[in-house]
Amino acid sequence: MMAEFLQFLISGLTVGAVYALVALGFTLIYNASGVVNFAQGEFVMLGGMVTVFASAAGMPLPLAALIAICAAIAIGLLLHRFAIEPARGASAVTLIIITIGASILLRGVAAIAFDKQFHKLPAFTGDTPVDVLGAAVQPQSFWVLGGTAVVVLALYVFLEHTLVGKAVLATAANRLAARLVGINTTTIMALAFGGSAAIGAIAGILVTPITLTSYDVGTLLALKGFAAAMLGGMGNPVGAVIGGLLLGLLEAFGAGYISSTYKDAFAFLVILIVLFAAPQGLFGRRVVERV
Amino acid sequence: MNAKATLKTLLVTSAMCLGLSHGALAQGTVKIGSVLSVTGPSSFLGEPEDKTLRIYVDKINASGGVAGKKIELVIYDDGGDANKARTFATRLIEDDEVIAMVGGTTTGSTMAMIPVFEEAQVPFISLAGAIEVIDPVRKFVFKTPHTDKMACEKIFEDLKKRNFTKIGMISGTDGFGASMRAQCVKVAPSYGMQIVADESYGPRDSDMTAQLTKIKNTAGVQAVVNPGFGQGPAIVTRNYAQLGMTNIPFYQSHGVASKSFIDLAGAAAEGVRLPAAALLVGDKLPENDPQKKVVTEYRQAYESATKQPVSTFGGHAYDGLFILVEAMKRANSTDPQKIRDEIEKTKGFVGTGGIVNMSPTDHLGLDLSAFRMLEIKGGDWNLVASGS
Amino acid sequence: MRALLNQRFVTLAVLAVVIAVLPLLFPSSYYFRVASLVWVSALAAIGLNILMGQAGQVSLGHAAFFGIGAYAVAIGPTHLGIPPWAALLIGAVLSAALAYLVGRPILRLKGHYLAIATLGLGVLVALVITTESRWTGGPDGMPVERLSLFGWRVSGSYTWYWVTGGLLLVGTWIALNLDETPTGRAFRALHDSEVAAQVVGVDVARFKLQAFVIAAVYASLAGSALAFMNGFINPDQAGFLHSVELVTIVVLGGLGSVVGSIVGAAVLVTLPQALTIFQEYEHLLLGLIIIVAMIFMRNGIVPSLSSLLLRRARS
Repeated sequence: MMAEFLQFLISGLTVGAVYALVALGFTLIYNASGVVNFAQGEFVMLGGMVTVFASAAGMPLPLAALIAICAAIAIGLLLHRFAIEPARGASAVTLIIITIGASILLRGVAAIAFDKQFHKLPAFTGDTPVDVLGAAVQPQSFWVLGGTAVVVLALYVFLEHTLVGKAVLATAANRLAARLVGINTTTIMALAFGGSAAIGAIAGILVTPITLTSYDVGTLLALKGFAAAMLGGMGNPVGAVIGGLLLGLLEAFGAGYISSTYKDAFAFLVILIVLFAAPQGLFGRRVVERV
Repeated sequence: MNAKATLKTLLVTSAMCLGLSHGALAQGTVKIGSVLSVTGPSSFLGEPEDKTLRIYVDKINASGGVAGKKIELVIYDDGGDANKARTFATRLIEDDEVIAMVGGTTTGSTMAMIPVFEEAQVPFISLAGAIEVIDPVRKFVFKTPHTDKMACEKIFEDLKKRNFTKIGMISGTDGFGASMRAQCVKVAPSYGMQIVADESYGPRDSDMTAQLTKIKNTAGVQAVVNPGFGQGPAIVTRNYAQLGMTNIPFYQSHGVASKSFIDLAGAAAEGVRLPAAALLVGDKLPENDPQKKVVTEYRQAYESATKQPVSTFGGHAYDGLFILVEAMKRANSTDPQKIRDEIEKTKGFVGTGGIVNMSPTDHLGLDLSAFRMLEIKGGDWNLVASGS
Repeated sequence: MRALLNQRFVTLAVLAVVIAVLPLLFPSSYYFRVASLVWVSALAAIGLNILMGQAGQVSLGHAAFFGIGAYAVAIGPTHLGIPPWAALLIGAVLSAALAYLVGRPILRLKGHYLAIATLGLGVLVALVITTESRWTGGPDGMPVERLSLFGWRVSGSYTWYWVTGGLLLVGTWIALNLDETPTGRAFRALHDSEVAAQVVGVDVARFKLQAFVIAAVYASLAGSALAFMNGFINPDQAGFLHSVELVTIVVLGGLGSVVGSIVGAAVLVTLPQALTIFQEYEHLLLGLIIIVAMIFMRNGIVPSLSSLLLRRARS
């Protein structure tokens, strides 16, 4: 009974951690630029795929991972420079469509640059499952959860305790005011894209040993990450993380206790109910509409 | 203002129409069409099929073509979308004027395209798995892969030999997984099988420990069957080992029939059994096995050209292409009706999937012996000796 | 007033002329099929445009209603023995009912939250369709009995071109006229500023719901048409990717412009067909074209092109 519960709990948290990182990426970009970036999932894909191909080309795993993160950051910056910046001032919907176009583009490039097969990465500390009170946990799960915690902590420290981080928060609060006090909002937005890409890539590297990767894993992840970000309250990093973990748990418990066929339905139903009760998400800022 | 815009619609649309027109049929070539899911959720199946067709059409053309004519291969990618497949089917018939088609990676896209080919009276050799493609038999539709019903029967046959009767099932909710699950449920009673656990997972899910935990905790489970394809079964297999369930015999389907499954599942794949075509164990077949030559040659050609492990999906495309080419040679004509008649008369064709003997009531031509029961040992496929 | 009437009439007349004249350019029935697909997508897009462009809401799950309409005409005749045309109407009623029931709570949400809620709705509907295979044939879909009206069997690419073209004309006429009715004005009011609209006495909740229901019915009819036309339906038509495609059509064509939705559909349906010559670069190019189009025509193709023409005309 307990072992079963723990099994569902840990598998839910592991998957949820990935959603949390994707949601965090969404939030970072949204806060800095107001754009909902549907290409977010592709950064996760890049993290996994580039690492796989770099290490297949002979590089040691840590170096391959580093290359993957740099590649993702580069793509994030390019995305901002060539797709988002030129469309500055366009309506929110237009920007969303641009990011959708970008995700199609990235997937098309990945299909050609890599291949359409599935790939895996070796687990960081081996495959032998660890016994936690009767539940069998892959060691990689600990890496995923730990890695997520480190990223969240690092982000928190960055946002709250560095000048650049405070500039990001200022841009999020009120872009015009931030510019008035001398913050270069364009640089901040580029930073947000780069940072988001890095977070996504890290998520991809951490989780590929468990979930495998291929050129089109990005779409479903973007969908779930977006849902998680909304559940937690768009624009709130803490909300994004909790939303992600919660979504993972809902899926795992739904599959375990209710029905495996309808687990996705269960998760989305809960999201709908939460939104009906709290229209700004769990931790969303209460938007006051100025007339 | 709106009128001008609407005029623009006219111009844009007509420009596109003109851009879509193709040149007329060149002399001395014959067009064969193919609609495959090279991208999208079934690209695991579609890509090897696409590569195989291209490699072998080139080979055939290099050695003179078929009955003196070169083959022009027209391939469209439906991306796993049945609606798009339907449009491409119409395009192949109306625009490209193909004389036959080898394609239809998934059952969904095949079923959507069947009406087009039946109406145009052009033979269609499908590469999809479900039994409904050829049951009921349609005049112009054939298929090369073993049916999902056959896979269930082969698995149950093996289970019966090992005296297991209570099984748990965990299936992917994609077309292949769902239809094979439905077939297994139908066929189970006639082999004395009782399905005591029935779980499912989304084809893109990344963790199936919850579902497997439920199966593990079901009393009396003696074996587990996993209908599905792509990365899902690899993850299920890994989770299976993670939860320490490897003492319960585990069966995969032919949807994982490629070395990449073993690579992805890793050590967890040891001891897993599955029904598959002889193509996977070509090097382990005895010398007098009738399929040995064909599968060894195909594997060699495919792996050296693509640097990727061979898979039975590409093998089915090989079979489809050569059944068609042989029929064209026998008919000595490019008339679709005559080619269809010859396809139906295929007898003793040695393919990668088995020995094909078609008839007016059997447009697949394979029986249960075309499937071999394999077991993964030492990171490689092994034939299960009969009696074990 | 007469001037306005003329403008709507001219638009409709030009559309009718286009539909009538286009076949002269078609060398084979393949083109009729592609054009029919454009008309069907355009019909669904016009409905979504009423919701997104006129009433200013957002729906990322609109393919759900498309799917309901499509499966209604599949399940009705096959499993329940209902005649196809009746199934068509029932599908529309079901879509309207679902939109009405779910619309009330969902439309209280705004912006991205509304997007996610509609997305969730779409996912739920698609999931039910995929899972209940006894009724729906599961992920592989099911065949659809052909439509027969008063004994005449509607089938074939040529026939469907005219049927879908006709449906599109009717749908366009309604949408164009809607703009000039009190309902349309209410939509525009709540699009511009919900608070202001409320202050002036517009029952915001009721009109949002109306827009949602109207859009659902459009999508349902389009879905039924596609199902009849193909003789086959599968759950992808109700899926998330199709919803995204519909939103892209509306935005690409021009939010708020009825003609824009038709142009957007024409582009997004024919472009993948035209790009097949690029083989594996197809998706790359599609994504690139979408990005570039939206950067340079940020209000959508039709509004951007028309303001460009207007500026040229003036100068």
